[in-house]
Amino acid sequence: MIHLEKRPQPSQVWTVITPVLAVILTMIVGGMMFAALGKPPLEAIRTIFWDPLFHPQFAGYSRPQLLVKAGPLILIAIGLSVGFRAGIWNIGAEGQYIMGAICGAGASLALYPSDSILLFPMMVIAGALGGWAWSMIPAILKTKFGTNEILVSLMLVYVAESILASVSSGLLRNPDGMGFPGSRNFQQWDAAANKELIANTGMHWGVVFALIAVIAAYVLFARHIRGFQIRLSGEAPRAARFAGVNPNRIVIFCLGTAGALAGLAGLFEVTGPAGQISIDFNSGYGFTAIIVAFLGRLHPVGILLAGLLMALTYIGGELAQLMLGVPGASIQLFQGMLLFFLLATDVFTNYRIRFGQGAA
Amino acid sequence: MADPLLRLTGLTKAYPGVIANDDVNFDIGENEIHALLGENGAGKSTLVKMIYGLVKPDRGSMVLQGQDYTPSEPSEARQRGVGMVFQHFSLFDALNVAENVALGMENPPKTRELAERIRTVSEEYGLPLDPSRIVGTLSAGERQRVEIIRCLLQDPKLLIMDEPTSVLTPQEVDILFQTLNKLRAEGTSILYISHKLEEIRTLCDTATILRLGKKVATCTPKDTSARELAEMMVGASFATPEARQTTLGEVALKVANLSLPAPGAFGTPLRDVSLSVQRGEVLGIGGVAGNGQDELLAALSGERLSPAGSIELLGTDVSRQGPMARRDAGLLSGPEERLGHAAAPNMSLTENGVLTAARREGLLKNGFIDWAAAKDFTEKVISTFDVRTPSANTAARALSGGNLQKYVIGREIMQRPEVLVVNQPTWGVDAAAAAAIRQAILDLAANGAAIVVISQDLDELMEISDRFAALNEGRLTDAVPVAGLTIDTIGLMMGGAQDMEVAHA
Repeated sequence: MIHLEKRPQPSQVWTVITPVLAVILTMIVGGMMFAALGKPPLEAIRTIFWDPLFHPQFAGYSRPQLLVKAGPLILIAIGLSVGFRAGIWNIGAEGQYIMGAICGAGASLALYPSDSILLFPMMVIAGALGGWAWSMIPAILKTKFGTNEILVSLMLVYVAESILASVSSGLLRNPDGMGFPGSRNFQQWDAAANKELIANTGMHWGVVFALIAVIAAYVLFARHIRGFQIRLSGEAPRAARFAGVNPNRIVIFCLGTAGALAGLAGLFEVTGPAGQISIDFNSGYGFTAIIVAFLGRLHPVGILLAGLLMALTYIGGELAQLMLGVPGASIQLFQGMLLFFLLATDVFTNYRIRFGQGAA
Repeated sequence: MADPLLRLTGLTKAYPGVIANDDVNFDIGENEIHALLGENGAGKSTLVKMIYGLVKPDRGSMVLQGQDYTPSEPSEARQRGVGMVFQHFSLFDALNVAENVALGMENPPKTRELAERIRTVSEEYGLPLDPSRIVGTLSAGERQRVEIIRCLLQDPKLLIMDEPTSVLTPQEVDILFQTLNKLRAEGTSILYISHKLEEIRTLCDTATILRLGKKVATCTPKDTSARELAEMMVGASFATPEARQTTLGEVALKVANLSLPAPGAFGTPLRDVSLSVQRGEVLGIGGVAGNGQDELLAALSGERLSPAGSIELLGTDVSRQGPMARRDAGLLSGPEERLGHAAAPNMSLTENGVLTAARREGLLKNGFIDWAAAKDFTEKVISTFDVRTPSANTAARALSGGNLQKYVIGREIMQRPEVLVVNQPTWGVDAAAAAAIRQAILDLAANGAAIVVISQDLDELMEISDRFAALNEGRLTDAVPVAGLTIDTIGLMMGGAQDMEVAHA
């Protein structure tokens, strides 16, 4: 018989090993999946993990994409991790991301064609506020009426998607767009564009904010009493109340932070890589960021690395679809495996395996 | 007497560090309501769990109706005719009564047939219950009926009831007693666990008293006074305490007519609680568990806010202030539950030091934690209170109960409180550590702090308190000086018996 035995203390070694082990297991089982699909497994794995960075022909295009994709993922995941640490499960970052984009873009489009240098900072603030306000809906419902934030925040994603569909073909539609849905293109409007800061690196303002968020979150959790209170609320809610932590304030703070960061990510995406508000500019970053947050062990530095890894599988996945013709769903499956194996191996951080008959 | 229904011989069960039951012998006769009486931790639960097949005895044997009885799981116990109604119900709120009953049966009959049987049985025993009601809409008393009927449908020979009246209104208690009497008349024996002495005297034919895992006596409660029962529960080792030399200062903590509703389904409301503690004084609060101890601590620590004007600390009204503000003002506390309440299990001792000492010990600078200072503070607690731990970085859950208790009590004492409120400060702690904790509390009082000790250990309360009060169903008795207090008075104060006045005379 195999027994799981609780460790007296969480294992430091396993905390570091589990993400690596999860990636390796994903490669093995993912390879088996590609083999079953009739694709060469080793080549598929190499196409996903290696070619985007080092392929002589494609790397020039795909390498900058790494930061472009990782930026929003990291920014959103950092916000989510703040809540997850406190046991507040905001699943609706996608909605907050969309609403941030709509608010930021809408605020600037109202002033078109302003070329003030204050325009972009104002958009950034409007984007953060949009995401924040959207996250306040589950926060206030939870604190006032005890609703479940998982359900409310998730449902609000669909509301946000409907609003996005509505404004992109209505309120924010480009008046010079000959009736096509979608807003003006921000890349053609210098004052409102989120430009690439260093040519051919993919570095844009969203990546800068993501790095700032990583550092801020690190300081928050390592040094600040608020970070301590958040961790305490997640670890032992009764002890947190005993310490004098107001649970409602933690809910408001955590959901608000996540919403504001997701809103920022949306704003930077819509004014940068996506270029315009359109019905499908969002590409699911808000959901993928949940995986990134857990893959990164809810630790800021871990999230930074996990965001880069996840971005790599995105780009590599597209490349694999293009080069090997694997179906798009198999790439999602592949990313799902990563989370699955991470959670499975995570058990070993707190438990060890004992073989043989354990004492009853 | 005829052959007993169930005979227990030499039942022994030890857990690491504690012997829950030590060589317990007694018989439960046919047609008998048998009380099992004892303080918290006396071993009542372990004993009935062995009878119901939830726990395997280390030694000893049981004979049921003349045949060996060694149930390895509850379903076996049920097959042999032993049923049990737990103190906390295991019912699904969203299902109706019949569905809940069916879930607890080995081979449930068809729903319609079952509903019919439930109706018949419930009428027969005077426990009105509609099988189609959703359990979520039932009162605590009605939920208990569901549990009782679930047992009765299996025609038990022996029904075990764990503190059944703790959740009932007085009217519901009357109905329950009628039912139990009827059951006895029809040949079902009942093992009735309680620590309410008056109840046992009215209802039970025989009582077995446990203390510290050992059987003290078996007696006939009708012929025994509540006083004698209390004495047996608490033990003969009880020494009448003497007055200690204390110099009393101003009143540091004053609670006036504090009432708070119960925090949840199984909580106890606080009813009109008043107390006052002076500097230099230790007020001991006794009482059986679940009579409002946790609720009183939460109200004093600030975890639950109280109506304005009900709690005064050093002359200032703190009723509407949370734990942080009260700590700043000098009121510190230590809850009963070490892991998860007083300390976060997965966090290190240093982090757990920050938990309560962050502001008083100046561990914060502009909201940033000074981890070096926090570690110094923690190490000071560890060395002063002899906490055995590899380091200050060890997770709280890795410490033994006694060591963690020394840490959480030490953490509060090292912050030099003006007022300290602790609940069960030495619960589950070995004798040496317990003595150290008690001494630290006394030293603190001698230095001019006012102290409230809530405890279920009477010996402890008599040793360290200057005055004693008891909690009973959320009511606090007047505090009386410990010096010269007799076991009779204490038993009556704790039991909430009617003849208090006689005892005082």
